Amino acid sequence: MTRDILLDVAGISKSYPGVKANEDVSFKIGVGEVHALLGENGAGKSTLVKMIYGLVKPDEGRMSLRGKAFAPSAPSVAREMGVAMVFQHFSLFEALNVAENVALGMENPPPMRELAARIRAVSEEYGLPLDPSRMVGDLSAGERQRVEIIRCLLQDPKLLIMDEPTSVLTPQEVEILFKTLRQLSAEGTAILYISHKLEEIRTLCDAATILRRGKVVGSADPRQSTARELAEMMVGATLTPPERKATAKGDVMLGVTEVSVASPIPFGTSLKDVSFTVARGEVLGIAGVAGNGQDELLLALSGELKTAPDKVRINGRAAGDFGPAERRRAGLVAAPEDRYGHAAAPDMSLVENAFLTGAIRRNLSRNGFIDWPATRAFADEVIATYDVRTPGNHVAARALSGGNLQKFLIGRELDQTPEVIVINQPTWGVDAAAAAAIRQAILNRAAEGAGVVVISQDLDELLEIADMFAVLNEGRLSKPRPVKGLTIDEIGLMMGGAHGMEVAHHAEA
Amino acid sequence: MLRLEKRPNPSQFWQYGTPVVAVLLTMVVGGILFAMLGKDPFAVIKTIFWDPLFGEFAFYLRGQLLVKAGPLILIAIGLALGFRAGIWNIGAEGQYIMGAVIGASVGLAAYPTESRLIFPAMVIAGAFGGWLWAMIPAILKTRFNTNEILVSLMLVYVAETILAKAATGFLRNPDGAGFPGSRNFSSYKAASNPELIAGSGLHWGGVAALVTAVLVYILLQRHILGFQIKLAGQAPRAARFHGVNPTRLVVFCMGVSGALAGMAGLFEVTGPAGQISIDFNSGYGFTAIIVAFLGRLNPIGIVFAGLLMALTYVGGEMAATNLGLPSAAIQVFQGMLLFFLLGVDVLGNYRIRLVKGA
Repeated sequence: MTRDILLDVAGISKSYPGVKANEDVSFKIGVGEVHALLGENGAGKSTLVKMIYGLVKPDEGRMSLRGKAFAPSAPSVAREMGVAMVFQHFSLFEALNVAENVALGMENPPPMRELAARIRAVSEEYGLPLDPSRMVGDLSAGERQRVEIIRCLLQDPKLLIMDEPTSVLTPQEVEILFKTLRQLSAEGTAILYISHKLEEIRTLCDAATILRRGKVVGSADPRQSTARELAEMMVGATLTPPERKATAKGDVMLGVTEVSVASPIPFGTSLKDVSFTVARGEVLGIAGVAGNGQDELLLALSGELKTAPDKVRINGRAAGDFGPAERRRAGLVAAPEDRYGHAAAPDMSLVENAFLTGAIRRNLSRNGFIDWPATRAFADEVIATYDVRTPGNHVAARALSGGNLQKFLIGRELDQTPEVIVINQPTWGVDAAAAAAIRQAILNRAAEGAGVVVISQDLDELLEIADMFAVLNEGRLSKPRPVKGLTIDEIGLMMGGAHGMEVAHHAEA
Repeated sequence: MLRLEKRPNPSQFWQYGTPVVAVLLTMVVGGILFAMLGKDPFAVIKTIFWDPLFGEFAFYLRGQLLVKAGPLILIAIGLALGFRAGIWNIGAEGQYIMGAVIGASVGLAAYPTESRLIFPAMVIAGAFGGWLWAMIPAILKTRFNTNEILVSLMLVYVAETILAKAATGFLRNPDGAGFPGSRNFSSYKAASNPELIAGSGLHWGGVAALVTAVLVYILLQRHILGFQIKLAGQAPRAARFHGVNPTRLVVFCMGVSGALAGMAGLFEVTGPAGQISIDFNSGYGFTAIIVAFLGRLNPIGIVFAGLLMALTYVGGEMAATNLGLPSAAIQVFQGMLLFFLLGVDVLGNYRIRLVKGA
């Protein structure tokens, strides 16, 4: 099927100090085409779409939209010409309702009552259930995304850009989204779909452009290619899945009994009666859509939130009232999701950040005085072992790319001979090769006898490395089940199905 | 068009370069201000920065530098600890006063006993007085989450009232014919804080300032507490993840800065000021905030910043008396120093780029 060309991108380049984000990128999108932009983190996908959306100006090259020169100087110009974008991170006000949030994104919002009616109409037309009068703070991530999508659809776009839209959705919600996107495509709206999830792209997209290190390395018809072929084009190397050594189940390393804590985060989710155990050598994978208590669970395990002593036991010891330092001493290390400001101090050097959590188990201080040579050696060890790309151990943590810093931070925890490891989002924003290395390192520690809890929104990752699987939904943890034999449908239902959809009766069965 | 661009790494050069640029900018803009007041800007700048060091009366004025710099440095180092941790003790002036009042009370209570132990006891009492006054905002903050900026600042005015009461009431010199003010410490040997080397201006307060600078430098560079202070200021969530107890940190930082300010107050009242009087405090507690930032919150930097600030004090007074410059103009000049410092500070984390077109 040949289509009229909607957007023609020719020879676009963009450099930032020290990095070429895009180099001579060219591709075409047809009217009504669902076009995938595929690439690892840092491949230049985001920069490219920001240029199409008018947020960033290209250094070189030109674009045309329906045959006319297209050089948007601002997103408002792009929107006027029919280009809309749904960002990976939502820009919504939690304390306002849906209609108010939509109005904030419009140049000339109609009266509230009319707008609410239009939101209802669009949401019904495209099968995206959404109540315009609900407070955004009370919505699930999937529902928030619908707010963003409807905000775009109200502008009647010709090209809809979606940046990693499924990272926050349950499998059922993904199905709903895909139905909507197919309907849009059939009506002639082109969709530029950014993702690194290959199966999705294979089911949804008509064409794919693959980026690597800022350059187009190929294009493919995703329906004719295997996921493996696409992945290897994207990574530029052959991928090997992580190895697992079977280990016998050992003693309970971490026991959590009916932990309920209030969330310290505004609009956070409190934990409700969370119970589980992790045995020596076992990996417990905890899935769930973002915002269902993952951050709170990490805080409760790391010691930043305390509980009654008996509720958390590390290696048999009651540790619920221990702070982070005492829990490390007891053998538990933790890696929070947010690297810039929580797991690491962004403006401090890698050496100082190595001291941040390594001080106790690596004996980096004497009588309260810091042993800087030993700390530097520890930082260097982590940098070398985990292949952290950095000019040296003196650079500020914020100077490292997200993936590189994550390698450093995970390595910092794993190299402390931990007995219990708790990690939230181990490979978020990390390129495929580094993600594989991190997963392998986690499994190696488990094989050496540590009990591991991995909290992640990446189901494929959890199914790959976990022995036991549980889901965190609205602060409650499902009963952990062995990964072997779980189907993706069962997992979806464990995750609470599609929020706001009529699936509750399935879950009861 | 000029554009600011975030640096990937904080600049080492500007870390030390900004104070110099700020001083130069202050001289230029201050010079313009002085010219607009009808004075010769070069003469004024020379009077402020050159004459106290190398001018006709330098032999006397150099000593004045240490007299002024000592308390500034001592207070500023304590404040810098808190500022690094994101704890904003603005009320050092009040802690300085309370240290002086309580320390002096101990000395006056012992009058006229002569003992070597009296002065050390007064120093300890002074530190305790400042500590006590700083504990009020610290405990209100940790217990009730009040804002330490407001509470510590308001307590300055409470302290000033107590000082007035002390000078006219419970610490008034019984042999003073009813004049306000306590006994003069210079005539009570056991409790006085004399110049240690004649003409140098150095008294025990200056010694304490230098020793404190070295100790705090070591604390910040090598001790885990210093690490926690810096961590808490830069990344509070990372600090909690590391295991910093925010309550203990607030109490420690407020306590240290209060104790140092209290000590400075005691050294001042027993030395250069000589007695508790209604207005013996001369705003050192506030000026020390400028000194702390001018010295990059670094104890060694603060020593230099304190000397520089003392220079503008001594030179400023000279300019006021010799050239008839209003003293308000000198205060504006000192304020400019902090203004430009904070402005130029941006260059540490950003660089300026010329961008063509709009």
